[in-house]
Amino acid sequence: MNLHELSIVELSNLIKNCEIKPSEVVESFVSRAKTHDKHIKAYVTDLSESAIEEAKKLDERISDLDTVPDLFGIPLAIKDNISTKGIKTTCSSKILENYVPPFDATVIEKLKQEGYIITGKTNLDEFAMGSSTENSAFFTTKNPWDLERVPGGSSGGSAAAVAAGFVPAALGSDTGGSIRQPAAFCGIVGLKPTYGRVSRYGLVAFASSLDQIGPMTRYVEDAALLMNVISGYDRRDSTSVPEDVPDFLSEIKKDVKGLKVGLPKEFFIEGLDSKVKEIVIDAIKLLKKEGIIVEEISLPHTKYAIEAYYIIAPSEASSNLARYDGVRYGYRAAEYTDLEDMYSKTRDEGFGAEVKRRIMLGTYSLSSGYYDAYYLKAQKVRTLIYKDYMEAFKNVDVILTPTTPDVSFKIGEKTQDPIQMYLSDIFTVSVNLATVPAISIPCGFKDGLPVGLQIVGKPFDESTILRLAYRYQQITDYHKKFPSLP
Amino acid sequence: MSVVVKEEFDVVIGLETHVQMTTKTKCFCSCKVEFGAEPNTNVCPVCLALPGSLPVLNKKALEYAIKAALALNCKVHELSIFARKNYFYPDLPKGYQISQYDKPLATDGYIDIKVDGKTQRVRIHRLHMEEDAGKTIHEGKKSYVDLNRAGTPLMEIVTEPDITSAVGARLYLEKLRNIMRYIEVSDADMEKGQLRCDVNISLKPKGSEKLGTKVEIKNLNSFRFVQKAIEYEIERQAKLLKKGEEIAQETRLFDPSSGKTYTMRTKEEAHDYRYFPDPDLLPVRITVKQIEEIKKSLPELPDEKEKRYVEQYGLTEYDAGVLVADKDLALFFEETVRLYEKNPKAIANWIINELLGRLNDKGLDITQSPVKPEHIVELVKLIDKKVISGKIAKEVFNEVFETQKSPKQIVEEKGLKQITNPEEIRGIIEEIIKNNPKEVEKYKAGNTKLIGFFVGQVMKATKGKANPQLVNKLLQEILNG
Repeated sequence: MNLHELSIVELSNLIKNCEIKPSEVVESFVSRAKTHDKHIKAYVTDLSESAIEEAKKLDERISDLDTVPDLFGIPLAIKDNISTKGIKTTCSSKILENYVPPFDATVIEKLKQEGYIITGKTNLDEFAMGSSTENSAFFTTKNPWDLERVPGGSSGGSAAAVAAGFVPAALGSDTGGSIRQPAAFCGIVGLKPTYGRVSRYGLVAFASSLDQIGPMTRYVEDAALLMNVISGYDRRDSTSVPEDVPDFLSEIKKDVKGLKVGLPKEFFIEGLDSKVKEIVIDAIKLLKKEGIIVEEISLPHTKYAIEAYYIIAPSEASSNLARYDGVRYGYRAAEYTDLEDMYSKTRDEGFGAEVKRRIMLGTYSLSSGYYDAYYLKAQKVRTLIYKDYMEAFKNVDVILTPTTPDVSFKIGEKTQDPIQMYLSDIFTVSVNLATVPAISIPCGFKDGLPVGLQIVGKPFDESTILRLAYRYQQITDYHKKFPSLP
Repeated sequence: MSVVVKEEFDVVIGLETHVQMTTKTKCFCSCKVEFGAEPNTNVCPVCLALPGSLPVLNKKALEYAIKAALALNCKVHELSIFARKNYFYPDLPKGYQISQYDKPLATDGYIDIKVDGKTQRVRIHRLHMEEDAGKTIHEGKKSYVDLNRAGTPLMEIVTEPDITSAVGARLYLEKLRNIMRYIEVSDADMEKGQLRCDVNISLKPKGSEKLGTKVEIKNLNSFRFVQKAIEYEIERQAKLLKKGEEIAQETRLFDPSSGKTYTMRTKEEAHDYRYFPDPDLLPVRITVKQIEEIKKSLPELPDEKEKRYVEQYGLTEYDAGVLVADKDLALFFEETVRLYEKNPKAIANWIINELLGRLNDKGLDITQSPVKPEHIVELVKLIDKKVISGKIAKEVFNEVFETQKSPKQIVEEKGLKQITNPEEIRGIIEEIIKNNPKEVEKYKAGNTKLIGFFVGQVMKATKGKANPQLVNKLLQEILNG
């Protein structure tokens, strides 16, 4: 039995039944990271050693427990923009290279209550700005399916760690596709919950009105399990929503027969790779056999999504990142003449090119005289996009699209052309603008590289998209394939 | 303001006031609000702006701001929005201040002030909530940042340009402070920075419609400085205008030691704050019902009190105005009247004309008064029952102030009881008549003014204890008889 091939649900049952020890589980995963992460480079901070220590403590403790929590002894990796008390949280930025937070994000507190074990903090595009992890100030993570290619981003480290079997699951964050796109590129499951479903407290803000933390897993049932743990209203996050959290694990097992599925014509267009299109259409055909009813729909404002996104997200980012000023924590320039000089040197040396580009974009969009034409207009477009989705959801239960226009690209291929890079998010950003939930699941391979199927749901209806995704995994085995690692 | 300025120019003043609310905790986190704590001890991830922290609105602060808005006759909006005001400063941890911009909590209120006996309405343009910054302390080449104050809830209250004089500005601020204290949302102590004021001021030719160029004055931390800074600024601008020079649109700082204002920054250096709605905070929604409930909870405000004192107690507007200008004083008065309802006018007189003066001399405020409401009640009763005369009463009052003994006890101990026995007084009068034959002769010859002389003599002989009305009556009888 290869433990690293099992789902969390299976591992958890084995631990609960005392058939295996937490330390055995953790070691089976961690040993893979030990061997392979030097090639993959998923971790910014590798906590393998402490994870094993921690697991051994749990080995002892399990006999004292009346009920063993669901994540007891389960190793998970955490994207390095989620605050972990006493553990460096760098956002893959030089400006936070040595920052150790004194507090846990709400999601971390919740995982801890369930007895999880952290294996490390994973690499990302600096401050989650990017689609490839090439914007990490430290190094680029490699796609486990092809080391010359990117794992996607910004949650590329988390996606690679799951794909490579270093962990059964990880947390990522998604602002414009940062969970789903790397999940698609790495052949795993990635869920962006409804905005407000999961507390953002402790998630280092990129674009506050779009950011959501979500699970990245191999199995849909594990995404459901993690959603059970991390969801829910948090009084520390005013934008979290006091909406009931269903038991996703039981929800996913319900039948999909009769589900009405919309295929937005705007997503199956030029620019979508023909092979990827074919694979996605095949996946839909397969689901039709399970009884879903498919119809074409329209999301007419989709074409403005990237533009609106690249005004709203940088605007918020320009303000969110103002706190990295060298005054209280983080990097401060070594030499400066006065306050102004300290600010500009600190930020010039501490931030990478893409972060600076977005700060400038956002600052410009918010400037007096430009605000109405850019920020305000973009917000109006956002409202129209939201209305598109709500209109569509009057007739369909979920929407199916490819997650990305193509499979993973080569490292360096798009770094010189930010617009091309931005366009790799074309199928994911409108979902964030509309605040709705969406999941990407592996649905095939093009030339040995994974392809993702995106399922978009109604607000707070993660249950239905998880249910359809779960059904799909019951009748396919793309998710069970492992890349051969060097 | 010199007469020349007054004749040639209209002065246009608007005030922007920041009032610190006395909530127990900060505006967007649960750190304590405390004056004078060890630097950087009342801080947490939120007010230190650690990565990933998020603000949560303090409901009490919102309630206080609504209270204040209602007390200032504002329209409280059912929807208002927190916005980020972006700028870099070491004591601004997030690099932006959470404030309100195009959707403030409340607008369109007013405060009435009395300038030279005439009521003048100062309209309030808007009232919004925001958080305070920390403090930067400069010591030689080093600068220190204390973030205890960062995140303290503030209200910014902006007037229309309705104020026309330095005195008007001071009166407005005093009234504002007074109202804040009445509704207990702020101590509004300028010296402690709980009430901070920026002045916008311009001059225009008398009667002109067109406003002059506006100058902003900052760093005013007492009522006196506000008045002085405005007085100086009016003269400065008038001089320039009369020389035909232009006023530069700028921000100026007041220097208390010289009494002058100095350029701080010009318009060209003005910030672009890049306001936008704070995506971390939901729009503030308040129901009409909530507004009504808070309105009902408001205590009687100074203007209402003043009106009631005039109508219910028959006080003069002036006296009523003095009493309500300080909430504690008004409460002192009301407590006294509650204990003795028959003579509120006399009570007001004693408080205003005697007690306040004495307290002032000693540098005490009404809450520290050695004379308590019971003392005043006893004193007024003694007068009303004619046990002592008004003149003696002043002596007794002074004694109470010094010793805190009860007026009755003082009267007993010192034998100050009024002589009300007509026979006793008659005897004294007869004695005086006998000793002053010349004056009696003159009186009888028609110099009736001399009655005052005889009264004085009787009072002297009785050490002021004789009942004055009785003395008068008996003197008339005897001298005319």
